[in-house]
Amino acid sequence: MTTAQAASIILTKELRLELRTRELLTGTIVFALIVVVLFSYAFDPTNAESRRYGPGLLWIAFLFAGSLMLHPSFAREQSNETLDALRLAPISNFAILLGKMCANFIFLAVAELILVPVFSVLYNISLSGIVGRLMLVLVLGTLGLVIAGTVFAGISAHSRMRELMLPLLLLPILAPLLVAAVEATASLFADNPALDRTWVTFLAAFDIVFMTASWLVSDFLVEE
Amino acid sequence: MKLRLTATVVVAILMFCAGYAALFIAPDEATMHLIQRIFYFHVPSWSASFSAFFIAFVGSVAFLATRREQWDWLAVSAAEIGVAACTLGLVTGPLWAKPAWGVWWTWDARLTTTFVLWLLYISYLLLRGLIEEPGRRATLSAVFGVFAFLDVPLVYMSNRLWRTQHPAPVILGGAGSGLDPTMGRVLGFCIVSVLCLMVLVLVDRYRLESLRHELDEVRQEIETRSVESQPVAAHRSPITT
Repeated sequence: MTTAQAASIILTKELRLELRTRELLTGTIVFALIVVVLFSYAFDPTNAESRRYGPGLLWIAFLFAGSLMLHPSFAREQSNETLDALRLAPISNFAILLGKMCANFIFLAVAELILVPVFSVLYNISLSGIVGRLMLVLVLGTLGLVIAGTVFAGISAHSRMRELMLPLLLLPILAPLLVAAVEATASLFADNPALDRTWVTFLAAFDIVFMTASWLVSDFLVEE
Repeated sequence: MKLRLTATVVVAILMFCAGYAALFIAPDEATMHLIQRIFYFHVPSWSASFSAFFIAFVGSVAFLATRREQWDWLAVSAAEIGVAACTLGLVTGPLWAKPAWGVWWTWDARLTTTFVLWLLYISYLLLRGLIEEPGRRATLSAVFGVFAFLDVPLVYMSNRLWRTQHPAPVILGGAGSGLDPTMGRVLGFCIVSVLCLMVLVLVDRYRLESLRHELDEVRQEIETRSVESQPVAAHRSPITT
């Protein structure tokens, strides 16, 4: 079985698990909405202001939501020691990690697809004409978040206070991703929307660097 | 033991000379005068901190490659010293910046990068404290150590790109090129002294880690032995009481 086939089986398993409970997605979306609403209290969301703060706010909401949402992807396996069962399967450790990454990407992407339109209505930012380019930025940014986040979920699952540990590990690592994603989104929300190639390239580079690193460390992460 | 004592004395003398050189031998700076002398400890603390983080990275990679716990001891020792030196740099920087730039802190590329770096390695040390089992702790923290080190150039690049788009005027008055030769020599001496201090502390910290490991093994040995001998102890207890 190739890595891609094995990963898709893991992905199906994760999706089925989520579809049965739906607790992760609902929780994530509601949490991100709460962050967006709380920001409107912290900063006055008049039109010019929201253009300036909007992209940052949106990505902070995604980052916080992601750092909470990614935690169960490994911790969930622990209650019944199902990670041991996965390890017994004749597939590479990277396939397990990759399957989980894909599942987390889908969960976060669904949350973002719901959140972005709501955000554009609440903060009066027009999305017409930039949807395609915004999708590109969202996909690249979310990929980076999910790649690093899934690896760190695997690390923090073994520590005490693991719910707190994941954001502590993940958020500082994501600092460059946050800058790039916010700047790329800001250039799309501007009066003359344009895709900032520098930042999009940077996001892609971030994804590639951490994807390669995850591939290299996957054996250490899933073993024992 | 004798070697360690000699090394400690030598490093103490070096540090004393470095302090003397920085305060009395280095020439007065034209615009900043005395304030500038903090530079002779600020720059060395950065070189110590970056060298220590690099050693921690090497230790993490070597541990993952060889699975010898000695590399893990090296990684944690270096990370701790790196955080200490980094803290020193982050404290001496604002002390200088307030009189020179008029602000304690500015979100410049270099400052932000080191701040994030400091946070990353504090997270690394926290993570180590929160994983119980030694083997797993070594592996997982090494994985995080590799990720953290990979992140550093990305943080720096992102800040460079970002800040060149919004230049911060306060930095442009900073140190230009060309250092007075005496200043250069004093700075070089200070860097060497602080690096020697770092190596000395690193060796000691590494020894401490290996002693801790030894102690853990002895404790486990005692526990297994006391479990084995428990029935005997229960048998004896009526006699002793």
